Amino acid sequence: MDIATLAFSALYQFGDAFAFLVLSACGLAVIFGMMGVINLAHGEFIMCGAYVTAATVHAGLPLPLGILCGTLASAFVGVLVELLVIRHLYDRPLDTIVATWGLSLIATQGTLILVGSTMAGVGTPFGSFQVGAYSYSIYRIVLFVAALAVLAALYALFNWTRFGVLARATIQVPHMAAALGVDTRLIYSLTFACGAGLAGLAGGLYAPTMTLVPTMGATFIMEAFVTVVIGGADVFLGTAPAGGILAIVKSGMTSWQGQLFGQIGLLIAVIIVVRVLPKGISGFVLRERT
Amino acid sequence: MTRSGMRGLRAAALTGTLVFASGAYAAENPIKLGVLEDQSGDFAAATIGKVHAIQLAAEEINKAGGIMGRPLELVTYDTQSDNTRYQEFMRRVLQRDKVDVVFAGFSSASREAYRPIVDQFNGFAFYNNQYEGGVCDGHMVVTGAVPEQQFSTLIPYMMQTYGKKVYTLAADYNFGQISAEWVRKIVKENGGEMAGEEFIPLGVSQFSQSIQNIQKAKPDFVVTLLVGTAQASYYEQAASANVNLPMASSVNVGQGYEHKRFKPPSLKDMYVTTNYIEEIDSPKSKEFYAKFKAKFPNEPYVNQEAENSYLALYLYKQMVERAKSTNRDEIRKVIAMGDVCMDAPEGKVCIDPKSQHMSHTIYLAKVGADHSISFPKVWEDIKPYWLGDAGCDLTKKDPMAQYTPSNPPPKP
Repeated sequence: MDIATLAFSALYQFGDAFAFLVLSACGLAVIFGMMGVINLAHGEFIMCGAYVTAATVHAGLPLPLGILCGTLASAFVGVLVELLVIRHLYDRPLDTIVATWGLSLIATQGTLILVGSTMAGVGTPFGSFQVGAYSYSIYRIVLFVAALAVLAALYALFNWTRFGVLARATIQVPHMAAALGVDTRLIYSLTFACGAGLAGLAGGLYAPTMTLVPTMGATFIMEAFVTVVIGGADVFLGTAPAGGILAIVKSGMTSWQGQLFGQIGLLIAVIIVVRVLPKGISGFVLRERT
Repeated sequence: MTRSGMRGLRAAALTGTLVFASGAYAAENPIKLGVLEDQSGDFAAATIGKVHAIQLAAEEINKAGGIMGRPLELVTYDTQSDNTRYQEFMRRVLQRDKVDVVFAGFSSASREAYRPIVDQFNGFAFYNNQYEGGVCDGHMVVTGAVPEQQFSTLIPYMMQTYGKKVYTLAADYNFGQISAEWVRKIVKENGGEMAGEEFIPLGVSQFSQSIQNIQKAKPDFVVTLLVGTAQASYYEQAASANVNLPMASSVNVGQGYEHKRFKPPSLKDMYVTTNYIEEIDSPKSKEFYAKFKAKFPNEPYVNQEAENSYLALYLYKQMVERAKSTNRDEIRKVIAMGDVCMDAPEGKVCIDPKSQHMSHTIYLAKVGADHSISFPKVWEDIKPYWLGDAGCDLTKKDPMAQYTPSNPPPKP
C-alpha cells in the first residue's frame, strides 16, 4: 500500500471525526460555552432536527431543504424553550441542569409515544469513490466541508455582525448592555435559538447516515460536551482547535486499536487538557494574547 | 397504535406500570405473570413487540377460560433498556407483586443482571430471546434460539457460498463477545480463517474507521453482531462507503427489522438465521401475523422475539395445566418428561429437559437489493444440543451458571 493512500485514509478519518465532533458541539458551544446554560437537552435538539429533516424528505422535499426545515424547527423549539423555561433560570445555573434534563426525558419519551420507536431512514446521497484499496462515502466529505462552513459562519456572525457584537456584549456584562439600550432578553432568546438551530443542523446533516430513534441524541452528547469543555468559552477559538485535537486522538486510537480505545483516548485527552488548561483551549489562547 | 394502546403507554409513562386485570375474573385467584421488557431506551424498537405479543397471548388465553380456569394477570414494568431497572423490578415483582412467573429481558447484560435475583428469591423466569447460549439454570426457561441453532447453520452456509475468510463486527458486551467466540470456533472447525474482529461499545454510531478496517482485511463476508439502535447506523454507513460485502447475522432483521428501517439497498446480501419473522409464508405464520395485526394494527414489525414471547405463554399454560400447579418444582417435573411441545407459528417446538432451552425451526432469511426477504434454506427441528452434550443436565443438578465453549460445565 502506497503512502498517498495511507495519507488520504488518515486524512479522511480525521475529517470524519472532526466533522462529528464540531457539528455535534457547535450548538452546545453557543448555549453552554457562551451563555453558560448547561443544556442536557442538547441531544434532543439534534434528534428534533433529524426527525424533521427525515419527515420533510419523506414528504417529498429535497434533502438540503429538509435539513433547512430541521434547523429552523429546532431553532423555533429553542425559542419556545428559552421563553418558557431557560429565561427564568439564568441566575440559577445548577437548576438549568435539572430543567434541561427533564426536558430531554420528556422529549425522548414524548417522541417514542407520538412517533413510535423508529422512523424510516432517508438514505445517504452521493454514493462513493475509490482511493487505492479503499472505498469512501462522498457524503462524509460533505459533512467535513459543512463543519468548516459552520465554523466560518459562526466566526463571521459573532465578530462581524451587529447581532454578534450585541450578543457578546449582552453575555459579558448584561446590565451594561441593557443600560446602553440593548434588549437583552431578545438577544438571549436569539442566541439560544441560534444554538438550538445549530444542534438541529447537526441532526439534519447526520439524519441520512444514522438510525432514527428517539434516543439518537444520546450518541452525540458525550462528544459534544467533551469538545465544548476542552474548547472553552469562545466558539471559534475553542471548538475548532478542540475538535481538531480530539479528532486526531480519536481517529488515531480507533485505527490503531478499535472503537473502544478511540473512546478511551478521547476521555484521557479531555482529562489531560482540563487539568493543564482549566479554562479550555480558548482561555489559553486569549490569555496569551492579552 | 390503537387508542387504548396509546392510553396504556401514557399511563405507563406516568406511573411506570401497566396492570391488565380482567374485571370478570376479579373474584378468582389469578395467575400473575410479571412482564419486564424494554418499552423505552436504546432497545425499545426490538422489544415493544414482545410486550404486545404477551398481551395478545394473555387476551386469547383469558378469552378461552384462562389457565386451569384461573385468569391470567399481567404485571408489566418498563425496564427502559437499563440493567439496574431490571434488578429493581425483578425484586419488585418477586417480593411485592408475588408473581408466579416472570417473562423478562432482551440484552444478555440485563439477563445476567436479573438472573441472580431470580435464583436468590427462588423465582421462575422465561427469557424469550435469542442469545449467546450457555445458561444452565433451573430457574430459567429459554425460548430464544442459541448459537448451535443460529451459527452452526449460518456460518457453514456462508463459507460454502462466499468463501472462508470471515470478519466479525460485534457489540462489546457478553452477548457479542461470546457469540464471536462461537463464530471463531465454527469457522475453525470448517477450515476457514478469521480475517479480523472488532468489538464496538454499545451506543457507538459512527463507523468510518471500522469500515476501513474491514476493507483492509479483505474478508469474504462480515458477521455483524451489532446490538441496539445506535449501532444499526453501521449498515447505512457501510453501504454509502460501498463496502459491498455479504453479511451474516444472528440478531439483525429478526430483531431490529433493519430492512424496513433503512433505505434499500443498504442491507443487500444480509443473511440471517432466525426462528421467526413476519415474512415467513406458512399458514401458521400467516394466522399469527393476522391476529397480531388485528390487535396492534400499527405494529411496525412482528419479529422473532415477539413470536418467542407469544409461544412461551402457551407453553407456560401447558406446563401449569399438566403440573396442576404453578409451583416451579412441579412444573420442572413436567419439563423433565421431555414432551412439552407445541405447534408454534414457526413450526413445532419442544423444550429440552436437560438445558430447559427450546428446539426451533431455523429459517435462513436473505435480504435482497430491494430489501425483500427470501428464504434460501430452512432447517427443521434444530435442537439446543450444546449444553446437554457439554454436561449440563438440569434434571439431575442445577448449577445456576452460564457456560461458554471456552468455559464448559465441569466434568463430573
